[in-house]
Amino acid sequence: MKIVVCVKQVPDTKGGVKFNPDGTLDRGAMLTIMNPDDKAGLEAALRLKDQYGAEVTVVTMGLPKAEEVLREAMAMGADKGVLVTDRVLGGADTWATSTTLAGAIRNLDYDLIITGRQAIDGDTAQVGPQISEHLNIPVISYAQDIKIEGDSVIVERQYEDRYHVVKAKMPCLITALSELNEPRYMTPGGIFDAYKADITVWGRADLKDVDDANLGLKGSPTKIAKASDKVRKGAGEKVTLDPDEAVSYIVDKLKVKHVI
Amino acid sequence: MNLEEYKGVYVFAQQVDNEISSIAFELLGKAKDLAKDLNTEVTAMLLGSGIKGLADQLAEYGADKVIVVDDPELKDYRTEPYAHALASIINQYKPEIVLVGATAIGRDLGPRVSARVATGLTADCTVLEIGDFPLQAMPGQEQLHNQLLMTRPAFGGNTIATIACPYNRPQMATVRAGVMQKIDPIKGAKAVVEEFNPGFTPDNKYVEILDIVKSVVDTVDIMDAKILVSGGRGVGSPENFKLLEDLAEVLGGTVSCSRAVVDSGWKPKDLQVGQTGKTVRPNVYFAIGISGAIQHVAGMEESDIIIAINKDADAPIFDVADYGIVGDLNKIVPKLTEALKAEIAASK
Amino acid sequence: MDFTLSKEHEMARSLFKEFAEKEVKPLAQEVDETETFPRATVEKMAKLGFLGIPVPKEYGGQGCDPLTYAMCVEELSKVCGTTGVIVSAHTSLCCDPILTYGTEEQKQKYLIPLAKGEKLGAFGLTEPGAGTDAQGQQTKAVLDGDEWVLNGSKCFITNGKEADVYVIFAITGTVEKRGRMTKEISAFIVEKGTPGFTFGTKEKKMGIRGSSTYELIFTDCRIPKENLLGQKGKGFNIAMHTLDGGRIGIASQALGLAEGALETTIEYVKERKQFGRAIGAFQNTQFQLADMATKVEAAQLLVYKAAMAKATQKVYSVEAAKAKLYAAEVAMEVTTKAVQLHGGYGYIREYEVERMMRDAKITEIYEGTSEVQRMVISGALLK
Repeated sequence: MKIVVCVKQVPDTKGGVKFNPDGTLDRGAMLTIMNPDDKAGLEAALRLKDQYGAEVTVVTMGLPKAEEVLREAMAMGADKGVLVTDRVLGGADTWATSTTLAGAIRNLDYDLIITGRQAIDGDTAQVGPQISEHLNIPVISYAQDIKIEGDSVIVERQYEDRYHVVKAKMPCLITALSELNEPRYMTPGGIFDAYKADITVWGRADLKDVDDANLGLKGSPTKIAKASDKVRKGAGEKVTLDPDEAVSYIVDKLKVKHVI
Repeated sequence: MNLEEYKGVYVFAQQVDNEISSIAFELLGKAKDLAKDLNTEVTAMLLGSGIKGLADQLAEYGADKVIVVDDPELKDYRTEPYAHALASIINQYKPEIVLVGATAIGRDLGPRVSARVATGLTADCTVLEIGDFPLQAMPGQEQLHNQLLMTRPAFGGNTIATIACPYNRPQMATVRAGVMQKIDPIKGAKAVVEEFNPGFTPDNKYVEILDIVKSVVDTVDIMDAKILVSGGRGVGSPENFKLLEDLAEVLGGTVSCSRAVVDSGWKPKDLQVGQTGKTVRPNVYFAIGISGAIQHVAGMEESDIIIAINKDADAPIFDVADYGIVGDLNKIVPKLTEALKAEIAASK
Repeated sequence: MDFTLSKEHEMARSLFKEFAEKEVKPLAQEVDETETFPRATVEKMAKLGFLGIPVPKEYGGQGCDPLTYAMCVEELSKVCGTTGVIVSAHTSLCCDPILTYGTEEQKQKYLIPLAKGEKLGAFGLTEPGAGTDAQGQQTKAVLDGDEWVLNGSKCFITNGKEADVYVIFAITGTVEKRGRMTKEISAFIVEKGTPGFTFGTKEKKMGIRGSSTYELIFTDCRIPKENLLGQKGKGFNIAMHTLDGGRIGIASQALGLAEGALETTIEYVKERKQFGRAIGAFQNTQFQLADMATKVEAAQLLVYKAAMAKATQKVYSVEAAKAKLYAAEVAMEVTTKAVQLHGGYGYIREYEVERMMRDAKITEIYEGTSEVQRMVISGALLK
């Protein structure tokens, strides 16, 4: 079985967020991690590899620096890494990103594609389903459990108040929830091996069946009109009171506001 | 693509088990505002099996027209038949705006459809309005009017971005549940109902549903609560949530919690408020022992009144609280419960 | 000279750090308080290869360099000195001598399961009457047919009772050296469960309280002849060379403790308010922190240099001695200052600097006291 896992290097939101003057993210200025949902997707792939035997190829699109997440994935146990990077791909929205990744994946053999549900930087949850549309294969989003049965996958697909047990023929795309599993750690030896391994680097010219008009900032239908730090409503009153005073303070406020 | 051909504000009227989801009504409420600004109509797209009878409800909540696709293939949600139906409607009717709820269904359906009809999609919007793009006129760039401006938080609530989709149609957005306001239903309102059959040809993309397992836990949805008593790690233990439950009971409210509490396994995920939980806007939100991490605040800052109790005077929750009390929740909360009991008894 | 770490080392550090924060730190206080050996943590580390970092892959290890290993002990010790020393004693004092002096059969039989973490290792040199003076050994081994018979005892043995494989030193005869009769010492590999090999009482310690410290007792303990490690009579050299490596491990532990105390204190002084402002705003605090940070970095450079020396040099006794001497003294100084900056809270068990200060003290004592390190260093100077 061949599994392709899409991962994204994302800013660690704990470190704060910085923008370029054009409103796009200044990714170079932030600390980075492997997106948590993607890591769960990778772990799911590695478990399928442990259980059924599989070759796991990790694909990422980003700056040359994004190579780091591929090394990390390989130190966890992935077999191959593909970095899609090119100046003309920068500033892509989800449409242009999914077009690009689909163009890269068309060069690969796959039975299963696993992506994270969403990235913590954009929180859009769009790229996975959109890749599946570009590749014309079924998608099962929000997977909380994945099994293989012959040439099909059986997935528990989560909804707000239920889950569906869904069966789809491979090839198929699955988006993984971070609740799916607890990703494994890298191993020290795995890290050194990962840095010795070759990583495939693809640019625009290597993408298959992709139109220039659908790539990068120019090929993105959505445009950022404005981006900023969130403006919050100001603080109200803050008081330090002993418990009895605090109670009458709250009761008074609830009365004034006609809550009681 | 001739953008002028695209007219009208369309809403995906999500139903589950042939019951229209609350998000559909919320979207209709917003769609009505947008349609007014654009001087156009609101159309609901109702997909399912045996659902024709639901059209009137959509009319009561603001739909001028309802397009119904009623087919056994649409009985339970599956990506492909739903995407096919929605994309077919879009190709046929050419709407200017398509709104979809940012639910577990909508966040799967929206991207698949947007890719199929080759347009942009903005996810998890919290504000939608009609305006100009670019916002300010810029030399060398034509300023377009009557654009849908879609505002959404990103980076775990650290930032907000306003997005437009100026050169593609329809302009698509998924909208976070609990953010838009429904209108008061207009009893007896009727909409033009139109049936549409896109034709369904099952292929390998029509996945098979082997089983449907509904969660047995029958809990109140915190998104519907008027009063929320929310606890954080500062509550100290799962047992100590009893204090909060007592307070909630007196006020007829519901207990919710922060992510730290869910991560510690003290409370189930469906009670979690915040960026990765639910967005709530109750009349009163008690934040008890919650430090107020940015991702939590993102889910509750729209509450009408926020009352915070925390022993740490520097906790960021005080930056959004209307009334902040620095003190020990273990002492204050039980006393508050007793005092409120007395107040309520006295007023009867 | 380039002081930047390679990307591999940076990533390895991030791994150790993440593991330490998620798996080790939450247990550190309880491990100390209840003096419990963190068996579950050891099993997790085994699965990830942390118990065989510098051991070649063909012997079940990770095939990494001594620097990677030092960084592992450092990051673990930042949050838990106990966990740091478990890894250090196992790796430096048991895996390393078997790798260096063992026969192929011994490596197959003992090193592979040790490096995979299926077995835990320990090292027995110290005796009640033979600490710094390793020549004062009393434990004897006598060859009887195809077996060595061991009699005697070892004390203060880290990983005692918890370990499965022990490298043990014993007298195998006397030789004339420069006209004087001296004891001839040899090294052996002894398995737990061997008849005649028992454990005395568990030591109650000031610090690193979760590490299991026991007396080992040998009473007519018979081990196969082929469990002699290295050449007969070369035990003293084996012990000294092993301790050179061990000192790098302990230096890393000391470094980690100092770093952990410094980081904790930096967080604390930003939050703690006195006289209406954070205590970090006072110049005394700032200057103390500056001194602490400078010494910590100096210790780190010495430790990393010693680790690199082990990778590239045949003999690295002086580098290891300097690293351990300095890092241990810095650990003691920095943790003591950290407690002081925490004020009354620093003396309370709930605050981890209290534990770090107790943990730090041992680094000046075991695997050669600071005085022994000074002897090694000055000995080389005056040679």
